[in-house]
Amino acid sequence: MSGSDEIQVVGEGKWASRIMGVFAWLFSMVFFFPVFWMVLTSFKSEDVAQSETPAFTFDASLDRYREVMGDTPGTLTFASAFTNSALVVVISTIIVLILAIPAAYALAIRPVQKWRDVLFFFISTKFLPIAAAILPLYYITKTLGLLDTRLILIVLYTAMNLPLAVWMMRSFFSEVPRELIEASEIDGANLGGQLWSVVLPIVAPGIAATALLCFIFAWNEYFLAVTLTSVNAPTAPIWVTTQVDTRGQFFAKLSAAATLACIPVVLAGWAAQKKLVRGLAMGAIK
Amino acid sequence: MADVEFRKASRIYAGTTEPAVNQLSLSISDGEFLVLVGPSGSGKSTALRMLAGLEPVNAGSIHIGGRDVSAVSPKDRDIAMVFQNYALYPQMTVAENMGFALKQAKVPKAERRKQVEEAARVLDLTPYLDRKPKALSGGQRQRVAMGRAIVRQPQVYLMDEPLSNLDAKLRVQTRTEISDLQARLGVTTVYVTHDQVEAMTMGDRVAVLNFGELQQVASSRDLYERPATLFVAGFIGSPAMNLVKAPVEGRHAKLGSSSAELPDAVLADIDRLKLKDVSFGVRPEHLEIADDGFDAKVVVVEELGADAFLHVDFDNHGETGRLVVRVDGERPPHRGDSVKLKVAGPVHVFDTGTGARLGE
Repeated sequence: MSGSDEIQVVGEGKWASRIMGVFAWLFSMVFFFPVFWMVLTSFKSEDVAQSETPAFTFDASLDRYREVMGDTPGTLTFASAFTNSALVVVISTIIVLILAIPAAYALAIRPVQKWRDVLFFFISTKFLPIAAAILPLYYITKTLGLLDTRLILIVLYTAMNLPLAVWMMRSFFSEVPRELIEASEIDGANLGGQLWSVVLPIVAPGIAATALLCFIFAWNEYFLAVTLTSVNAPTAPIWVTTQVDTRGQFFAKLSAAATLACIPVVLAGWAAQKKLVRGLAMGAIK
Repeated sequence: MADVEFRKASRIYAGTTEPAVNQLSLSISDGEFLVLVGPSGSGKSTALRMLAGLEPVNAGSIHIGGRDVSAVSPKDRDIAMVFQNYALYPQMTVAENMGFALKQAKVPKAERRKQVEEAARVLDLTPYLDRKPKALSGGQRQRVAMGRAIVRQPQVYLMDEPLSNLDAKLRVQTRTEISDLQARLGVTTVYVTHDQVEAMTMGDRVAVLNFGELQQVASSRDLYERPATLFVAGFIGSPAMNLVKAPVEGRHAKLGSSSAELPDAVLADIDRLKLKDVSFGVRPEHLEIADDGFDAKVVVVEELGADAFLHVDFDNHGETGRLVVRVDGERPPHRGDSVKLKVAGPVHVFDTGTGARLGE
């Protein structure tokens, strides 16, 4: 063991930590297995995917991926669903950040009067179950002529993520030492200079974490998309459900589609990983 | 460069009735190094922040170079501030930190670089210009904070306990460096500290604050020799001045079994105010061991090398009084010894009720 940087635990603590380790692995496997099975199934043929005995060895092929990504006239295509999703998610996330940054500044760094009430108002907008609001939402959307448009999804996803983003960003902004703001004021920075040169670089990990969460929530949103879009603006989650076939087998195809729908989120998470850990841990260490 | 003046400036925090700074009137002349000192809660930092524009002035006014700046924003006051925790921008290099204010003032890049390098040379920071604050030691960070102030060439430097995060040795060294730098640059400086040794050694003049009230402004020597109030007497000096309650009998203040004769001016005040007893103060170095003194018992001996400080108990009219006495460090008495003490030097007499010095 010489030269290793493992923590030496002795006596009862050693056994306790081993048992904890085993449990941690078991739990991870329980969570990870369904995802693993989905990915595995996506490489199977429909027959193998449907078989009574789960198959771990089989002839892997990308045929299911070709099938789901291919164009069938008259149905929602992979390309258009992913384009819709990408546009809606990226644009709504950018708008959320543009609105949440000044809001967080006003709530954390230069608190407006009654800032607690303002903060509570933001989160209170999330109290209403979306199912309870869907009927009026549908009528308003219809009246405005925005049914089946990307625009209505951008607006709703922005509204959906904004409260969360403001809350998260406020706590990150609160971590910026007061003296840094004061020093920049004395150094002659105006509000823009202060925000751009001093505050934003410090809260960058927090912004990355917030953006990632908004991205994930918007990407995975299904209920609003399925209710308010039909032909032109459906998003990736809706495209996944179109793989459910009323005739014949579809497990492998559905798995392939679901795997594809996961990839952007996984990629975004991976890209933001380093910042994300720092961002989420920002409050914990000083 | 400019002079600074507080004119009955007050700051009352929302939700409080007692002002944090109460009608502070204070003139600081051009190029002067003034130290604001006081215990925590004395309002010294608040006063500095009012001068910086980081706290509003609720009443009265503050003037820099003859201009009323009470309602002027910090960036337009032409001041530079060194913060207790330095407040360096963590994402910027040393050079960027020092040049930030110039960049905000739209000084061209080449000129900026020149001024930063010049300041870095003065502060021995040249090798560190491209490092981030994270990669610097505490002392280096402190110098960067100083450098950031110097580069600006402001009218006034404000320093808020800039040495309190340094270890003891570095603090003493940096103390002299700051004094020296200030003298060379000749820029008006207001320096806040809670450490009375720092206050005594650094400033041209020292302003002592307590509970938001200005107690006295004077040179270190004057503060030490003629403290204007009971508070200043107890605050300035280490170890602190001995202050005991002493009854007045005739021309004497009774101290234990002996007595000390009081000057005429003090007696006149005592008569005028009809005082029966006073707060009697004597510095540790103005007490000596003598055969014709009063009895005291040594409780603690603090040996500092050249000197030793005796903490002694004595019978002060039925109550046990405690005094500190400075003696020669070579052969101090031991704990438990009985000694005889005598006042041998100037005494300070205060009105116990108002805290004012008598005999002025």
